[in-house]
Amino acid sequence: MRDDILEQAAGWRAEGRKVALATVVATWGSSPRPVGSQMAVDDAGSMIGSVSGGCIEGAVVHEARKTMEDGEPRMISFGVSNEMAWEVGLACGGRVQVYVEAVE
Amino acid sequence: MKRDITERLLAARKAGRPVALVTDLGTGLQTLVYEDAIHGGFGLEDDLLEEVRERLRQDRSGLVSDLEEDEDGVQLFVQTHNPPLRLLVVGAVHIAQALAPLAALTGYAVTVIDPRGSFATESRFPGVALHESWPDEALSALTIDNRTAVVTLTHDPKLDDPALLVALRSPAFYVGSLGSKRTHAKRLERLKEQGVTDAELARIHAPVGLDIGAVTPAEIALSVMAQITAVRRKAGAA
Repeated sequence: MRDDILEQAAGWRAEGRKVALATVVATWGSSPRPVGSQMAVDDAGSMIGSVSGGCIEGAVVHEARKTMEDGEPRMISFGVSNEMAWEVGLACGGRVQVYVEAVE
Repeated sequence: MKRDITERLLAARKAGRPVALVTDLGTGLQTLVYEDAIHGGFGLEDDLLEEVRERLRQDRSGLVSDLEEDEDGVQLFVQTHNPPLRLLVVGAVHIAQALAPLAALTGYAVTVIDPRGSFATESRFPGVALHESWPDEALSALTIDNRTAVVTLTHDPKLDDPALLVALRSPAFYVGSLGSKRTHAKRLERLKEQGVTDAELARIHAPVGLDIGAVTPAEIALSVMAQITAVRRKAGAA
């Protein structure tokens, strides 16, 4: 199913939508999705794929919107030690680093 | 991701050509590394290039650092894109009808092989690649590699045995064969007579599937898919 994500992202882009791609680049401890897991988001809020078990996708969409606006890639980290832990921490106690880039 | 990179990446995947996308996490620049070529925004030192290709061979995405220069060296993320794993099913039987969609959902490209005319039909296997040639010929033509699993489901020695003779001497990462312990014991005797070694015979997972008390075709398919997953993901399992 992972294979569909990039194609979907390219498809959305071809339709003229703004698209951002998020990729898990590192994990520590227990984390629900392995390194390389991806999620694509468009400017209408459509999304495909996942970078966690649903714990951080909302926050990733928020960052993805910024990347769609300014075109700049972003690195975001999530984990229990994160100051945002109460909002978007990982219940499993793991840590995950996600890279967000614009699909041009 | 630049449009040029996206297009080349999609084209490589469509062609079944292994490729790694390397992203410089500092600049956002990206380069595609193929087994025999490189294309993109930056070049790579020989040892780093080899590390990326090794990751591609092992299908292992992850961070690599060029820390030899200085402590704040460039950090690169390697995303591997390999052709999907393959499941070759011998026997277009009822269990295969459940196994094919389950395997597809798990990420496998499925091919069902059965020379008996009325079995491997589009109406019984919508959207599945079908082969109507004899199993040993089909398996040889499909070039089994180490990202391929083979399952025989016919119970019929005429069909299963030739398939196993090819599969057991291939780099397949999984070989499973449907049949009771008694059926399998007879099968081992026959294959032994054909010159298959004990080490080769030991590769067969039989009775096929994890022991979850499966009864229906869908449950048996689930146990087979679970066993294939365990063998692939958990060294020494199943």
